[in-house]
Amino acid sequence: MELIRLAPGDLGLAALLVLALAGVSWRLRLGLERRLLIAALRSTLQLGLIGVVLKTLFAIAHPTLVAALALGMLTAAGYEVMARQQRRFTGPWGMGIGTLSMFVSSFGITLIALLTIVQPTPWYTPQYLIPLLGMLLGNTMNGISVSLETLTQQVWRERGAVEARLMLGQGWSEAIGDLRRNALRAGLIPIVNAMAVAGIVSLPGMMTGQILAGSPPLEAAKYQLMILFLIAAGTGFGALAAVWIGSRRLFDERERLRLDRLDKRGLG
Amino acid sequence: MTTLELDAFATPLVGPLTLHCTAPCCTLAGPSGSGKTLLLRALADLDPHAGRVLLNGVEQRELPAPEWRRRMAYLPAESHWWADRVGAHFRTPDPGLLERLGFAPEVLDWEVARLSSGERQRLALARLLALGPQVLLLDEPTANLDQGNRERVEALVADYLSTHGALALWVSHDPEQARRVGSRHWHIGQNTLIEEAPGPWS
Repeated sequence: MELIRLAPGDLGLAALLVLALAGVSWRLRLGLERRLLIAALRSTLQLGLIGVVLKTLFAIAHPTLVAALALGMLTAAGYEVMARQQRRFTGPWGMGIGTLSMFVSSFGITLIALLTIVQPTPWYTPQYLIPLLGMLLGNTMNGISVSLETLTQQVWRERGAVEARLMLGQGWSEAIGDLRRNALRAGLIPIVNAMAVAGIVSLPGMMTGQILAGSPPLEAAKYQLMILFLIAAGTGFGALAAVWIGSRRLFDERERLRLDRLDKRGLG
Repeated sequence: MTTLELDAFATPLVGPLTLHCTAPCCTLAGPSGSGKTLLLRALADLDPHAGRVLLNGVEQRELPAPEWRRRMAYLPAESHWWADRVGAHFRTPDPGLLERLGFAPEVLDWEVARLSSGERQRLALARLLALGPQVLLLDEPTANLDQGNRERVEALVADYLSTHGALALWVSHDPEQARRVGSRHWHIGQNTLIEEAPGPWS
């Protein structure tokens, strides 16, 4: 099956729908039209740019370039996790916790997948590495930001209860244990749900893409399944790392609850 | 007997304080915002602070923080509860203690959400005393209690102090109560502690 190529005019038709939505938003005074159009414009520029970058990268396939792009993606994801937090950790921890957790989980799992499952030669072949890493970063990013947000919001609201447990001689880990479990659950539920409905309610993005590109559906399903498993593991281990580092950071060396290590920038 | 020593101990509002205390119960008074609560929190090592504090010659930082807080136990003015049932907040409930505060053992099955503020205050004290602390840092422990329960709490704390050889720092706004429970009386003012001259009652 030959790939049906999209002409710029075809994209224009799809874009018209977004414009129509912006018009409705303006009409109903939702106040979303500006953000909607900026987001649409951003995605156009970013995807166009990454298309050009990947084209070059695939042609050269030099490991340094692949590593540079991977680090760029990681930094962007780390920034995004921080930007989604209402109460951020102060200083380098604000971006550091999310970035480090994604580095450990997404990079680690991409590496495992490339070396043991997909096994392209060379292992850093960008056609495999970059899309895999992108899928993992995009999804672990969601899990990690939801988990961190749940953790910091809850500890802010329930500081009295956490401190009451400290006052009664509990260690920091026991005092924040319940909140940590809640935060992890909140971060993991979306991917668990996504796995549960995959193929029934939704055809996941990667499978859709492969089918549109002409792959046999069963092959596409196998790839999608692998990706789902990798994403579930990446989100889970990433959220675990983020919640563990974050909850430790909320206490100092004398196991005092240090909410002064969070700021309220996002709250206005 | 328990001794408490402060050496250049300072919170953002009070200090540096250097004092030595062996009296079973010292009371602490002062206008709100003068730093009474912050002082008690720092003694329990819940807030960063400067200087040293020693309990029976053992310095705060020599002990792991949870162990220190079990010995130097802080009862805040408002108690917080993290589980649904009262009993989940006690590691080893003491029925005798609960009874002296006016509760039957069934109180452990009660829902925290249904407790009155006075019940919470008394149960918070029971929860704290069950740890067997050497110093009690009591932040207005009878503020929400009627007269009968106030007397119960005062008698229970006095008994606890004498049977355990423990020491209490009792924040109270009521001069009558301070006179009843304390043997030394401190007033917070101008960033320091001023000891009131011993009156005719002591």
